Amino acid sequence: MSALLTVEDLRVEFDTYGGVVQAVRGVSFNVEAGRTLAIVGESGCGKSVTVQSMMGLIPMPPGRITSGSAKLDGAEILGRTRIDGTSIRGAQIGMIFQDPMTSLNPTMTIGAQIAETLQVHRGHSRQQALARAVELLAMTRIPEAEKRAAQYPFEFSGGMLQRSMIAMAIACEPAILIADEPSTALDVTIQAQILDLLRDLQRENGMSIILITHDLGVVARMADQVAVMYAGQIVENGAVDEVFYESAHPYTLGLNDAMPTNNPDAEQVLTPIDGSPPDLFDPPKGCAYGARCPHTMRICGPNNPGAFDLSPSHYARCWLHHPDAERRVDGITYREAAS
Amino acid sequence: MTAVLDARNVTKHFLIGHNQRVQAVDDVSIAIAEQEIVGLVGESGSGKSTFGKAILGLHDKTGGTVTFKGETLPQQYGPADFQRYARRMQMIFQDPYSSLNPRMTVGEIVGEGLRLHSNLRGREIRDRCADWLVRVGLQADHMARYPHEFSGGQRQRIGVARALVLEPEFVVCDEPISALDVSVQAQVVNLLDELKSSMGLTLLFIAHDLSMVRYVSDRMAVMYLGSLVEVGRANDVFFRPKHPYTEILIGSNPEPDPASERGRVSTHIRGEIPSPINIPPGCRFAGRCPKVMDVCREQTPELIPLKGESGVDAGRQVACHLYT
Repeated sequence: MSALLTVEDLRVEFDTYGGVVQAVRGVSFNVEAGRTLAIVGESGCGKSVTVQSMMGLIPMPPGRITSGSAKLDGAEILGRTRIDGTSIRGAQIGMIFQDPMTSLNPTMTIGAQIAETLQVHRGHSRQQALARAVELLAMTRIPEAEKRAAQYPFEFSGGMLQRSMIAMAIACEPAILIADEPSTALDVTIQAQILDLLRDLQRENGMSIILITHDLGVVARMADQVAVMYAGQIVENGAVDEVFYESAHPYTLGLNDAMPTNNPDAEQVLTPIDGSPPDLFDPPKGCAYGARCPHTMRICGPNNPGAFDLSPSHYARCWLHHPDAERRVDGITYREAAS
Repeated sequence: MTAVLDARNVTKHFLIGHNQRVQAVDDVSIAIAEQEIVGLVGESGSGKSTFGKAILGLHDKTGGTVTFKGETLPQQYGPADFQRYARRMQMIFQDPYSSLNPRMTVGEIVGEGLRLHSNLRGREIRDRCADWLVRVGLQADHMARYPHEFSGGQRQRIGVARALVLEPEFVVCDEPISALDVSVQAQVVNLLDELKSSMGLTLLFIAHDLSMVRYVSDRMAVMYLGSLVEVGRANDVFFRPKHPYTEILIGSNPEPDPASERGRVSTHIRGEIPSPINIPPGCRFAGRCPKVMDVCREQTPELIPLKGESGVDAGRQVACHLYT
């Protein structure tokens, strides 16, 4: 399958009083049409900055995209706002945010906010756009859509606001929907409803989804492809089953061991990952995870590992996969085992 | 087993004018035994935090009693009561950003309790604080810094040190880990577990992460719209939920396992948690319950011991007409 979106060697920096933060340090990934890519990582690992730079949402200055390209259907989108006269943000790529309470305009009705997208990007008349907004609200399963469209955000609950955000994001039928922690602020029952809704919409209109989350449970439920980010780099990338069942990077394993699994027969002891992520003002020369990794070798300090392929769809940035590495670590899947 | 903390029929209503009352906590009874961790789960707005604060006296109770080691705690706390009980009962707050005074250094924050509630002075207080900072995984020289210099996980540990420096007997942990990253959550959870064994702590652990609550707790209590709907041993409640609400709650919990997620039959719950203002009679879950019966809309089910499977379900209580 050919990739709809191809991101290559994306690097983003921010100037701050403390110096230059290298938030994203050479990220590459593909998103296929109609599929879901999950970008997982802890706070500060650069997952949100990665997608914001594609959307043109990085404030510049202080932000700076120092290198890289992102091609949507072959056309470069980094640093541009339009392709062939259509706006990228809103029309070709839709986005929903973590906190629906603060992402909507409190002084506009929900219907008018959705309609605005259509008026701007599709040239609909106000009347047309409002009628379509009601349909979109109904599509996101908001009961009494017509009445709800005339209401303001404060009259909506968190789950309903997130549905309205989704309605707004899909109004122009974007090829890609970016969902930045779409369910983190919601309760589990509402989270389940929102995730189901996203999956149903994907099935109906074939859009790709980039899901940003720190919750491996949400990843397991939603993703086809998973990219694990750490300190501004993708350390492991693979099909969802590969990343979960054939984990090839110690950080992925570490995350798994730090989370409770609900197996009634196994007594589990959570193993936290010691230490904290490196300072991105002055990222380490070698592997960024080296200082916390239980399997560090001499090479990890001075040399940052490249991507070692385990299968055509699966790679990990870890020296353990180098043919000369002598250590064989339990839990890590190696190429011989995978093939 | 004798209860360290025994809450009986605790009720907290907030009057909001126009003859309306928010029934945040209604008639909640639970007993917590020595060195037991009870996990309290429920959706936001179910009254978990209000209940936690009410038993510590941070909210005045509208009704009900709380006994702590045989002593009945006052309905409404005065300054002397806080002075008296703060040593023995503490709280770890949810938000590590807003619960630490930005104008105080970490040493002042952690040491304040000792200054107010112990005979320790000066150097002794500093030593004790330094000791605790190390125990929670920070460094002694962090004492001179201000909260803004720390990350979320580090702040949460400052909150833990602040609450535990007085070596209390009972601690309410209000979502102590929900603001933290996965790798750090495990650190805090393991720390609490270790302190439970070394200090003999008894904990009420409030959280909405069901997997984590199952892992941490001995018993689990499920709250919905101000009332307890189910109580039992954590594994029993998680793996064999009885109340329809618990079933749905646990069915919605995403597991970090793609194969089991693919095989999941989605248990849909309709609608959202209703407003706790002037709740109508009957079961509070009736409006959303897939197994609702006529009686549910008329009679409020009581939390009663589950009959039948005595061996497995020792101590299980359910508030549902399906089981009466």
